Amino acid sequence: MSLADFFRKKTSSNIAKDRLKLVLVSDRAGCSPEIMEQIKNDIIAVISRYIEIDMEGLDIKITQTESETNNGTVPALFANIPIKDLKTKK
Amino acid sequence: MGEVIVVTSGKGGVGKTTSTANIGTGLAKLDKKVVLIDTDIGLRNLDVVMGLENRIVYNLVDVIEGNCRIKQALIKDKRYPNLYLLPSAQTRDKTSVTPEQMKKLADELREEFDYILMDCPAGIEQGFKNAIAGADRALVVSTPEVSAVRDADRIIGLLEASEIKQTHLIVNRLRSDMVKRGDMMSSDDVVEILAVDLIGVVPDDENIVISTNQGEPLVGSDTLAGQAYMNISRRIIGEEVPYLDLNGKQGLFSKLASLLKKN
Repeated sequence: MSLADFFRKKTSSNIAKDRLKLVLVSDRAGCSPEIMEQIKNDIIAVISRYIEIDMEGLDIKITQTESETNNGTVPALFANIPIKDLKTKK
Repeated sequence: MGEVIVVTSGKGGVGKTTSTANIGTGLAKLDKKVVLIDTDIGLRNLDVVMGLENRIVYNLVDVIEGNCRIKQALIKDKRYPNLYLLPSAQTRDKTSVTPEQMKKLADELREEFDYILMDCPAGIEQGFKNAIAGADRALVVSTPEVSAVRDADRIIGLLEASEIKQTHLIVNRLRSDMVKRGDMMSSDDVVEILAVDLIGVVPDDENIVISTNQGEPLVGSDTLAGQAYMNISRRIIGEEVPYLDLNGKQGLFSKLASLLKKN
């Protein structure tokens, strides 16, 4: 959260704007909630082979990020996956 | 050669038909020759908003199917001699017409009229495809609500993928009192989210309901919505018109009255 966000009052119109921005990113990427769910499940399955993750705290979504190559924003897959225990499985 | 403009939104009930009626009438008031086409086959509405429902003989599908000539189906508005309506068919559905047929019709009307306004049905299916087929530019109507803005974004995406060169946004039913207390997105917010050029902001105005009741578009009248629609019509013909101050919600008379009250 940036400083500007901190001082910005959380009015319902700001909530609407933030929600819309998020939903439009996934709309524009043509990524349906079903596909997101599949991506999420696949990521969980792969990572769980190596480490134990916190399913409750899991957050995977498509957001926007500053592009490194050209000036502007590009869609990005954002994943916040809290680790419960680093297994030493082989 | 006339210009074909489609009025669309994605979501229903945001004011496409009202906007078409008022902007079209506004253009006629500016001495342009205008035809309004209701492309919402099966859910005819533009005729009642225009107050021309009793004069329908032929409709859009009759013209497309060749049951009559275009001239026979056009209803001439009694108030403005250069304003015409081509009503939709009520007992048919969207598949009665194809995009190619609509494009051909639009091109024929171009010869005769300065502006051809297509009132698009809600949704992104066949009716939408028909309405945008022959259009040069699009006016996307949205209210400052999440559902309407989301659908508008989808529509703008589809318009960009079509042959339409120019897309403008109309923010409709804005309530400046709610914007002020942070409970409604402002027109700037909507423009920022949709990243599209604005052509007008229409305030939420109860006079719209009254004018629709009477079948008399209020464009150009001494109401906030009437002025806002007139400004949009002027911008369409290329005039530079400053935006209304929607914060000064009161008219001159009520302003004076409230001043007197204060003193």
